[in-house]
Amino acid sequence: MNVLFAIIQTLLFIALAPLLAGWVKWCKCHLQNRRAPSLLQPYRDLIKLTHKQPVVSKDASWLFIIAPYIIFSTTALAVSVVPLLAVDLPTASSADVIVLVGFLAFARFFLVLAGLDVGTAFGGMGSSREMTISAMAEPAMLMAVFTLTMTASTTNLSFAIDHVLQEGLVLRPSFIFSLSALMLVAVAETGRIPVDNPATHLELTMIHEAMILEYSGRHLALIEWASQLKLMLYGVLIANIFFPWGIAETFSLSVLGYGLLAIMGKLALLVVVLAISETLLAKMRLFRVQEFLSFAYLLGLLGMLSHIILEAAH
Amino acid sequence: MGIENLDHYSQIILSLAALVMLSSFIMLAQGRLLRLVFVFAVQGFMLVSATAIAAYSFNNPHLYISAAITLALKVIFIPWMLRRHILKLNMHRDVEALNNKTAIMMGGASLVVFSYYVLHPIMQNSSMVLLNALSLSLAVILLGMLLMISHHQAIAHVVGFMSIENGLFFAATVSTNGMPMVVELGVAFDVLVAAVLFGIFFLHINSSIDSLDVDKMNRLNEVDQ
Amino acid sequence: MIPAYLLLLLPLLGILYFGLLGHKEDVGKQNIRFNGVTLLLSLWLAVNVFLSGTILSADQYFIVDSFNVYLIVLTAFVGFTTSIFSAPYMAHEQEIGKLTANRLRLYYSMYQGFMFAMYLVLTTNNMGIMWVAMEAATLATVLLVSLYRTPESIEAAWKYFILCGVGIAQALFGTILLYYAAIQISDVDNALTWSVLYENAKLLDPEILEIAFVFMLIGYGTKIGLVPLHNWLPDAHSEGPTPMSAVLSGLLLNDALYAVVRNKMLIDGATDSHIAGYLMMGFGMLSFLVAAFFLHRQKDIKRLFSYSSIEHMGLMTFAFGIGTPFATFAALLHMTVHSLTKSAIFVTVGHAAQISGTQSIEKIRGLIKTQPQVGWGLLIGTLAIAGFPPFGVFASEFLVLLATMQSYPWLAPFLLLGIGIACAGLFRNIQPMVYGEKPEGQQAVQANLWPVMIHLAIVLWLGLAMPDFLADWFTQATILISGSAPL
Repeated sequence: MNVLFAIIQTLLFIALAPLLAGWVKWCKCHLQNRRAPSLLQPYRDLIKLTHKQPVVSKDASWLFIIAPYIIFSTTALAVSVVPLLAVDLPTASSADVIVLVGFLAFARFFLVLAGLDVGTAFGGMGSSREMTISAMAEPAMLMAVFTLTMTASTTNLSFAIDHVLQEGLVLRPSFIFSLSALMLVAVAETGRIPVDNPATHLELTMIHEAMILEYSGRHLALIEWASQLKLMLYGVLIANIFFPWGIAETFSLSVLGYGLLAIMGKLALLVVVLAISETLLAKMRLFRVQEFLSFAYLLGLLGMLSHIILEAAH
Repeated sequence: MGIENLDHYSQIILSLAALVMLSSFIMLAQGRLLRLVFVFAVQGFMLVSATAIAAYSFNNPHLYISAAITLALKVIFIPWMLRRHILKLNMHRDVEALNNKTAIMMGGASLVVFSYYVLHPIMQNSSMVLLNALSLSLAVILLGMLLMISHHQAIAHVVGFMSIENGLFFAATVSTNGMPMVVELGVAFDVLVAAVLFGIFFLHINSSIDSLDVDKMNRLNEVDQ
Repeated sequence: MIPAYLLLLLPLLGILYFGLLGHKEDVGKQNIRFNGVTLLLSLWLAVNVFLSGTILSADQYFIVDSFNVYLIVLTAFVGFTTSIFSAPYMAHEQEIGKLTANRLRLYYSMYQGFMFAMYLVLTTNNMGIMWVAMEAATLATVLLVSLYRTPESIEAAWKYFILCGVGIAQALFGTILLYYAAIQISDVDNALTWSVLYENAKLLDPEILEIAFVFMLIGYGTKIGLVPLHNWLPDAHSEGPTPMSAVLSGLLLNDALYAVVRNKMLIDGATDSHIAGYLMMGFGMLSFLVAAFFLHRQKDIKRLFSYSSIEHMGLMTFAFGIGTPFATFAALLHMTVHSLTKSAIFVTVGHAAQISGTQSIEKIRGLIKTQPQVGWGLLIGTLAIAGFPPFGVFASEFLVLLATMQSYPWLAPFLLLGIGIACAGLFRNIQPMVYGEKPEGQQAVQANLWPVMIHLAIVLWLGLAMPDFLADWFTQATILISGSAPL
């Protein structure tokens, strides 16, 4: 029974991700005084892409064709580890935070290889930039998440969220630092401004887009969907780790419905914050991304130090 | 006992203390002077709120007066005066090129660990909130000194100096419920006079070497010419 | 207690008076009068303390005991004689156009402000007020160091301001830690009162006090001029007007050392581990040796003597750090004679600079031939400060050496080495300045060298035959600081 819920939750996650992307676009358009496309436009884009024939370069290898499937399925697996509606799911309790980071790294690895595969200059450039950024972002993310796990004394996400939920409203300095660190890392990993502009058409400024320049048709649809899933994943992580109230702890329908409303509300708020920051900030030059991410690492480090020194019982 | 056993006021005070330290780090990374002064004002404001909350939760009315003095001095007067000088001397266009920000930040983190190490013997037999706040305030003092070392604009030196005073004020309020009133007034008076003197100094330095870059003030040294 | 209150009130009035009326013609003479009356008040206070022991004010905010009363008299005396020197000197500076009337007004009012801050440091019983007064003394003199508004003096004043400001902030942190330790054992109202803390020192937590003392040594040590925190001292003392150098070197350094010793008395009462003493000995010896070596490299005459100040303050810190009654007696004597000699030297240096128009050692020549009073004054002053018998400095350095040999004999060679190097450094620079032919066109200036002669005479007297009442005075202070009499 729980396994069914787990599968439904994962499918719900995957289904809602384009809606979140549409909401991001809607907010940004309204902040920039433009007319926004409908909220369901990403779905229409994905369907349009699947109807088109994928064009593959003759220099591409088998990796190029397989990569989109691997990226999508790994991201979907990562998504199944993160509690969206309910805390107590079997998939959630079989994998922990480190596995989550591992899944994301796996997906990124194949994306990078796919960018290199066709042999174009832009693809290689995008891949090398992506690896640089992720090399600095991963330690920061791990630091931020470790603070949570040290508080809850477990690396299992659902147990950790459960622990935080049981304690009630506790204002911890370490959580403030980890929240800031995780938000900075989320911006870097999902390729938003100020690290990478997802709407740019200038190839020399691209990071994520440069790697997928050669993709078309259903391959492109899968990769786009995977990146929308990643955005939602980070949003759900931030919302449910630091503000877990509303998440379902039992499996009755009303509680689950309430949980769904709660997470959608929290994600909507987070997206508004993201949209405002994207509108106000400008994209940073690449060498400044290093400072940005080391600041995120520093915040994570401070969070862990705060936890060990300030909060832990001696 | 961990933090979850403390009452909410103590948690808020500890969180504000951590945010004050975070603002010190943010100041370390600033290249533009106007933003530096703004973050300094925000730091002062968080300090004032922590003092006000401490006054409420420890039932100590004279901390309200300290908070009011700090508000007037550190949040309103000194940032206003620095801002006026920056705009008058046209320094808001200069960007301080800090070339090793990462090293400075990591140095700052090690200073935080160091300040905990120094005050560790005291922490053992006392209440958690007050003494953790003391270590964080020593960290703010040391970070203020790091700010002065890493920047070469004279105004950044003044901001660093004032943030050292912020750390001292925080140490006094949260760990000892405020110094005696006469001492507090004396310290506030000293800070005020120091701020005014700094303002006078900016004019003198600017008129003598035509910039506020302290690296250009190097005529007095022991090196053979 | 009345003389103490009047002693504080008079300079306060002086600030207002000179601030408003400082542009008048006879402002120099008024300054001398203010300082003269203050000197008389301090002597009255000293007689009171001598007759009735330690005086504590009713609200416990002020204390005058045998340790600080002689420093008060010394401060008043050097302030008085320096004001005698400064009146014609500053008038001359105004004549040759280096200063305007407005700046003179600032100078005289801040002179009184500085004296007020120093008296407050010396008479207060509250450690927090002691800090406030030290910072106020720094603030009062910062603008005076940059009085000539040259780029060098502005740089020196900026360095002074920043270094001393940051240093003294450490001392405030130490005071906060002390306050924290104190409120554990007493109620809040008199937790910073020195006399109360001194009586109950055994109850204070030794670990907190040790950490607090480290901060206070670093903080007040910056103002004493201990190496490696001394970088502001040569600049500030050499770029300011000469009366400022005399007063800063002679008086402010003493007050900072007084603050450190007061704290040391507290921590020695609380813990048996001698850590305060060892720290002071370490920094003192380091300052002494480093400054002795630096003396050889100097090209500016005022910087030369500033490094000599650093050296002597290091020696005094070292002696207070040893802590035995013998060493404490020697340190107290040294505080007195150094103050008198150094201010006398700076007076003659000021005149020498006026005569030759420059402060550079290479360009000052033929002082004895030009104006024998100045030349001989400089030479005898340097003899005195280098530690030649029969001057008082020889007596106190000899006593410090004896005390070291009693307690830490392996440190005595370093002391001797330092004294020898310092002596060489001073004389290789002074000798070409005072002897030899005078250059073309160099003329004597109008100078009142009575202060110099009085100071050097007192130092000679202290070296040859210290009067009984002074010896008793020092002995009482020694008993207060170190717990027993020296002999």
